Amino acid sequence: MTEVVLFIIFAAVALAGAIVMVTAKNPVYSAMGLLTTMFTMALFYILLDAHFVAVVQILVYAGAVMTLFLFVIMMIGVDKKEDTAETIPFQRGLTVVIGLGLAGVIIMAGRQAWITGNTAFSAPDLNGTIETVSDALFGTWTVAFLATVFLLTIAAVGTVALAMFGTPQLRETESEEGQ
Amino acid sequence: MTVTIGWYMSLAAVLFAIGAAGVLTRRNALVMFMSVELMLNSVNLTFIAAGTELGLVEGQVAALFVMVVAAAEVTIGLAILVAVFRRRATANVDELSELKG
Amino acid sequence: MIDYLWLLIALPLLGALTLIVFGKRIGEPASGWFASALVAIPFLMAVILAVPFLGGAETEHVFVFSWIPVIGANASLLWDPLSALMTLIVTGVGGLIHIYSIGYMHGDERYPRFFSYMNLFIGSMLTLVLADNFALMFVGWELVGLSSYLLISFWFSKPSAAAAGKKAFIVNRIGDWGFLVGLMMIFAAFGTLDFDIVFARAEGVLSVGMATAITLMLFIGATGKSAQLPLYVWLPDAMEGPTPVSALIHAATMVTAGVYMIARTAALFELAPVSLAVVATVGALTALFAATLAVGQRDIKKVLAYSTISQLGYMIMAVGLTALTAGIFHLMTHAFFKALLFLAAGSVIHAMSSEQDMWKMGGLRKYMPTTFWTMAIAWLAISGVFPLSGFWSKDEILGAAFAKGGWFIGLWAIGVITALITAFYMTRLIILTFFGEKRWDPDTHPHESPSTMTIPLIVLAFFAAVIGLWNTPVRLGLEHFLEPTFENVHQVHPLGNVTIVALALISLAVIAVGILLAYQRYGRGELPAEDGGYWAAALDGYGVDDLYGKVIVAPGKAAATWLAMIFDVRVVDGIVNGMAVVTKAFGSSLRVLQTGWVRSYGAGIVAGSLGVILWLLLQGGAF
Repeated sequence: MTEVVLFIIFAAVALAGAIVMVTAKNPVYSAMGLLTTMFTMALFYILLDAHFVAVVQILVYAGAVMTLFLFVIMMIGVDKKEDTAETIPFQRGLTVVIGLGLAGVIIMAGRQAWITGNTAFSAPDLNGTIETVSDALFGTWTVAFLATVFLLTIAAVGTVALAMFGTPQLRETESEEGQ
Repeated sequence: MTVTIGWYMSLAAVLFAIGAAGVLTRRNALVMFMSVELMLNSVNLTFIAAGTELGLVEGQVAALFVMVVAAAEVTIGLAILVAVFRRRATANVDELSELKG
Repeated sequence: MIDYLWLLIALPLLGALTLIVFGKRIGEPASGWFASALVAIPFLMAVILAVPFLGGAETEHVFVFSWIPVIGANASLLWDPLSALMTLIVTGVGGLIHIYSIGYMHGDERYPRFFSYMNLFIGSMLTLVLADNFALMFVGWELVGLSSYLLISFWFSKPSAAAAGKKAFIVNRIGDWGFLVGLMMIFAAFGTLDFDIVFARAEGVLSVGMATAITLMLFIGATGKSAQLPLYVWLPDAMEGPTPVSALIHAATMVTAGVYMIARTAALFELAPVSLAVVATVGALTALFAATLAVGQRDIKKVLAYSTISQLGYMIMAVGLTALTAGIFHLMTHAFFKALLFLAAGSVIHAMSSEQDMWKMGGLRKYMPTTFWTMAIAWLAISGVFPLSGFWSKDEILGAAFAKGGWFIGLWAIGVITALITAFYMTRLIILTFFGEKRWDPDTHPHESPSTMTIPLIVLAFFAAVIGLWNTPVRLGLEHFLEPTFENVHQVHPLGNVTIVALALISLAVIAVGILLAYQRYGRGELPAEDGGYWAAALDGYGVDDLYGKVIVAPGKAAATWLAMIFDVRVVDGIVNGMAVVTKAFGSSLRVLQTGWVRSYGAGIVAGSLGVILWLLLQGGAF
């Protein structure tokens, strides 16, 4: 029963965080809302016995990604409050319809697919420790893991390239053309 | 009453829909990125819940890969955002509408 | 050796290519000698290969490579007495003209280029005469047209030369059209373009009407290349080219193509008596018409140009009378004496610092003896004085016309009158140029030409004098030589000895009258004033150019203007613009979707994925 209570509380917090993120005018509030959701996600992972992934979730998302977001928000200005009046015709109504429809069909699809006949989480216990996860990661999925190494390297190089060569040069040529 | 996988799936679906709605309604590119992150997280939740339901560690492995990809995407996305901002002094995607036919 | 027959064509073409690419580096006299060697080698090869025909050797087919075998068109060559003779004329006379050009073109800015074009001309002409099917012949035919264009407008910075080149090309295209239509009809009738098959089956396959249609189309082609009425107009203008070019085009190569083609396709013409009558009549009329024009010219080259047309009329008349040997014989003798006349005229022009008006010459005999004596031989030869070459070949044609009887006697009469006029205008040319008072500017200093120019003159003069003896009524050498080619054609032969002697005496008498009349008029000191009336009309070519301009060119231009200004703008552009308008309207209606807002695109993507999920659910029976 505790599990149900905890799930409801965490789910409510997660939804609240998500809604704050989407609706807040100030991007910092948005970031905080997302952060909240991330934390609750980590809690869900723990409930699901995925301890290692939960820790990574906190480290990567809360620690790295959200910090990056905040840096960027600071760089391009916090106080630029967004005008929330919609300019694109029908966009908002369309979004409501699409959002509700999407949630509906995904739930529907989940209901179809997840009738396994098992009682809830009756599969043998899966201990999501570093050991079990790394066994899979460095065993069956080594090649995929190495691919992510390349992906990250390329992303890092690409970011540096964008920061170093991308814009300033364009600016120079632009100003030259202007003269 | 126990928490079944259906609960997690439903929660993930709602979070995914909220994220999608955020991408579609917000004009600030930063917030749009955050919404995308939310969508990715909701997918991660389904992976892990399904992995636990089936007793497979692959669900968690998939979630880790999604995180890696998300991290890469965020760095590149934010770098582009900064580059655009330097040039145009805006993060409003509606103003970046040169491709209007 | 016969397997290397293709070298005859390949060598001059190779020379043309080499001189185009490396001409500047090879430099002035060297490129001329190089080009001459690449014509001389084929000549020597042709001599070696032609000798067996004297002993009655077999016709040879040399297959070079497959081109379009299904229509009987391969790069394969025919080596029979007729093509051998044509090859010898083309390379022999052509080679002498090459050597002559080494001296004549001295100092020209584009000296190597000139020889490149000359080699191209020889190669094209050899392709034409050596082809063993109509398709390859047509290739040569067109290449000849191209090289004539390049050579006539060689001095293209002169507007008249550029215009003359264009005129030659365009007028020839009309003839080419006829030739091409003829080829298509042949292909439609026979399913192949191979000479042997076509000629062998002609009698069984072709009805008289079909044969007439085909041969008339081929004859239109011949009138273009061989400068017959009404397509002769390009030839007088072609005098704008350098003189060796005139010699090459008018004596040895291009203009003979039509005669050669009719002789080659005689098996078809034979089936169409109407065509033959048309050919003979057109030939005779052209001979007379051009001869009357030649009398009134002042430009030495123009006289020779109209004279060429006139002589070609004789040849066409001969092949139209199915006196094929006579036609080819006259072609050969004409090649020698006309090349000689042109080259001698070129030598005179060279000496007179490019003066071409005969009224500003006179008395040149003492200054250029070699040119004078060689040209005198040519004069007597073309006039038909016994025993020079022109006498034999012309009288053979006239004899054939007489022998055919009926209304062809009228053609014989025209031929005799033409002979009279020919003797008259050639005598006029010689007297005005070499005799009488000096009428040139005191500044010009006439001199004999260098030996590269005079040696070809002497060689040509020798042949112009004696070549006629090859085919005399006493000893029909050429006729025997050409026997294998024409064995299936029923030729007309001159009558028996008494008649032929009588006919010869008549023409000799007529020629004597012509020469005497000219001497009366021009050889006695004072020259008659030749203006107004006939003389002005003749100088103007009887206004034929103007007439063509009014009747053909002006309506053509008007039609083109209408097409360009009205039809193109309203209809063609209308269709094109209409397509554009429709496309644009369609695009504009879709353009609304292209908002430029990332979020609308996103909404589209999400809505689309929603649709896909819904569809999958429906497929899976979720509802």
